[in-house]
Amino acid sequence: MTGHSPTPDRSRRSFLTHLVAAPTLALVTRAASDALAPQPADAAVPTLPAIADLVDLGDLFILAGAPTSALLALAVEADGTIRFRLPREEVGQGLTTAVAVLVAEELDAPLTAVRVELEDARPELLFNQLTGSSNSIRSLYGPVRQTAATARARLVAAAAARWGLAPSALTTANGVVRAPDGRTADYGSLAAAAADPTLAVPGGATPKPPARHTLVGRPAGRIDARAMVTGAQRYTLDLDVPGAKPCVLRRPPTLGGSVRAVANRAAVEAMPGVLHVVTIPTGVAVVAETFGQALDAKAALQVTWGPGPADRLSDAEVRTRLRAANPPPLLPPLLTPYVDAEFDFAFVSHAPMETNSAVADVREDRAEIWSGLKSPIVARETIAADLGLPLDKVTVHVVQAGGSFGRRLFFDAALEAARVSKACRRPVRLMWTRVDDTRHGRMRPATHHRIRATYALGEVLSFEHRVAAAETDFRHGLGEIITATAAGLPSGLGNATLAQTLFLTTVKSPYHFGLTTRTLTEIPTGVPTGSWRSVYSANTRGAEEIVVDELAARTGKDPYLFRRAFLKTDAQRAVLDKAAQEGEWGRPMPAGCAQGIAFHEEYKSRTACLVEIDTRDPRHVRVTKAVVVADVGLPVNPRGVEAQMIGGLTDAVSTTLRAGLHLDNGLPLEGSYSQFHWARQRDTPRDVRVFVLPATGTEPGGAGELGVPAAVGAIANAWARATGSKPRSFPLSFDVDFTPYPR
Amino acid sequence: MPSHTFTVNGRSVTVDAPDDLPLLWVLRDMLGVRGPKYGCGVDVCKACTSHLDGTDVRPCVVPVSACAGKTVTTIEGLADGDELHPVQEAWLEQDVSQCGFCQPGQIMAAVALLRRTATPTDEDIDAIANICRCGTYFRIREAIRSAAAKMRAA
Repeated sequence: MTGHSPTPDRSRRSFLTHLVAAPTLALVTRAASDALAPQPADAAVPTLPAIADLVDLGDLFILAGAPTSALLALAVEADGTIRFRLPREEVGQGLTTAVAVLVAEELDAPLTAVRVELEDARPELLFNQLTGSSNSIRSLYGPVRQTAATARARLVAAAAARWGLAPSALTTANGVVRAPDGRTADYGSLAAAAADPTLAVPGGATPKPPARHTLVGRPAGRIDARAMVTGAQRYTLDLDVPGAKPCVLRRPPTLGGSVRAVANRAAVEAMPGVLHVVTIPTGVAVVAETFGQALDAKAALQVTWGPGPADRLSDAEVRTRLRAANPPPLLPPLLTPYVDAEFDFAFVSHAPMETNSAVADVREDRAEIWSGLKSPIVARETIAADLGLPLDKVTVHVVQAGGSFGRRLFFDAALEAARVSKACRRPVRLMWTRVDDTRHGRMRPATHHRIRATYALGEVLSFEHRVAAAETDFRHGLGEIITATAAGLPSGLGNATLAQTLFLTTVKSPYHFGLTTRTLTEIPTGVPTGSWRSVYSANTRGAEEIVVDELAARTGKDPYLFRRAFLKTDAQRAVLDKAAQEGEWGRPMPAGCAQGIAFHEEYKSRTACLVEIDTRDPRHVRVTKAVVVADVGLPVNPRGVEAQMIGGLTDAVSTTLRAGLHLDNGLPLEGSYSQFHWARQRDTPRDVRVFVLPATGTEPGGAGELGVPAAVGAIANAWARATGSKPRSFPLSFDVDFTPYPR
Repeated sequence: MPSHTFTVNGRSVTVDAPDDLPLLWVLRDMLGVRGPKYGCGVDVCKACTSHLDGTDVRPCVVPVSACAGKTVTTIEGLADGDELHPVQEAWLEQDVSQCGFCQPGQIMAAVALLRRTATPTDEDIDAIANICRCGTYFRIREAIRSAAAKMRAA
């Protein structure tokens, strides 16, 4: 296969100019017409670079955050403690640990001296306080190191001034400045002097080159691990906010339904422990002395409900509408053989362990909110407007959260808690029940995919992918980032345009498959949706990896060697090769068992996944082994990257085999992890090996979402090889084998 | 209002609460013991797993009246002062936690398993049904294996 790259040498800036100069929808159109133009006959069917090859969503984040990166707050205290205020959310992805590693590295301080605290909502940070798109380390790597390096330079300068020596003569290690004559001063003792604005810092501060890293690139355990295993870690509802009383909502029987009337308010208010019953737009809230009493009272409420926007919508109609909306492939299969495939993916819940929750203390003239928030600025602005308070009278604290997977981009619990607190004039601790979190939470949109790939003479000539999806809601600040980086775009951009931009800046093919085209068509459904770990890529790239296997089979090639031949770069092939070697690709498997392999590249990172599956018990299909290889460019904390790959693998095991939501007349049937069929220990591989490659570049790529798409492809491909069936509808096993909870 | 006296993490407590109030809410809302987490309230996710007289239970479905005169141990009561339980140590060594929300329950389930058998098989570990949405299962498995080996050697 061809090794040369047809990529035009377009700089990032020139591409951005391109993005500014034209509305994004025009980009879609132009890319498609370009791709369908006649190709040179002698080209070995290379693939033109996708937009995401040139500028991905993460680049937009980095550009948007750059102007405010100097607002990052780092403090060295008199006892040597180093505090860094992180303008992001920690939800388990290991960001606080990775940032602590960066700070300790640049300061030459012990990791144990570094405290990373989550920054309150700070509107002046503009676009630099949104956690998503596997972008935090990518966007913070430069600014955090620069901030810490500056702190180190000031500490050295303070010691130099104290001792009358040149700063260049001093060294730092383990939180101590050392002079050539053996004198030492710890950072704490220099903290005050280093804060002197008149202190001269000759030479400024430059972060270390990677070759001098002693912490970055080495495995580190989570900085909060001990708190987590002792029960000391505090999540939102564990906080002691004086007087804050438990609160739960009775929610409507269909998504987005409204409250018409409460028939027995007085009787419920008289129940033991009940303090208030108040109606807010999303339901009827009960505030009580304990959650147990609030839950009993919620169950006793008699409410008449108004309709929601999707009351009669069920899976079958969603599927029909998606198929109808999805345009057919453009390229007719005239003389060349081809592979056609259609795929359906069900709605999927984010289902973080910690259900949606928030604490709110709203007074006449001010409000204070605590919640796990990935877009706290938008949350603060929205809540202030809703309460009718000036923005500077509303404080929003970001609390470390029990998982997110995209869910905490939205702040509905915080807004509800604020409304309830205002209505009953007392602080409240609002919790969603698991049933509500599963049913009324947001969902990964259901999607339909049409893929047509043509091939001849051992080459893939074209690869068309048409994606139709229930509209993904990006109205949580991400849109503002895209808009901000494309300042010339017309104002008032609709959500569809943002979605197209996101789709085009994240989804790309790692293969030279000739004319490669992709379109996204979204349909509004009225159901609440949101980005789910890897956004479009889990379904889109997962489906493509299945078609890659089918192309290999059609052309008589081994799935691993076929991929190897069509990948674009040596770096990609190194990752794939490592997975094949470590996973003993091709080893004999019993009937009903098989290996599967897949590849994915995104966020400036790349990964390959090889799994083994056992389908001999059709009631309990199990992935029995997994080998995952990840090249994230520059791994800050390989142990954290490994954790993310294990997590992505479990997501893929769950959503590929059994986990999904059945939408039934405007409400999902599932109301628990059992009904949702999320993987438990018995469903996951007993043998998992993750290989995080040592640095292959000078900057870190993203890792949080990287693991999902390749694992989806590998599991589906293993299932196909083990069963002899074509995987087309996900999750593969999707029976309603439970009695739904009452509405 | 009925009164219930029992022991929580070595401390005798008396609470006035309805007989059927789940232990989880007595612990979290009345006693301020917040290591056990709510994840479902119906013994499905098992995030609140704690011990009642040394046996693993789910406080979300244990009425407070069932605890009278008994000993409740939550994640906060597992360590001996600053000295962690071997299972907690194994959790640190394997860096098991991601979001951490389910881990108190996972650890209490693992401790209960290792009380039942010093040599847990893969099937024994598979039988732990606690949900981990972050998907840390493999590290949980490795931590239980490691803790079991160390506890046998001790």
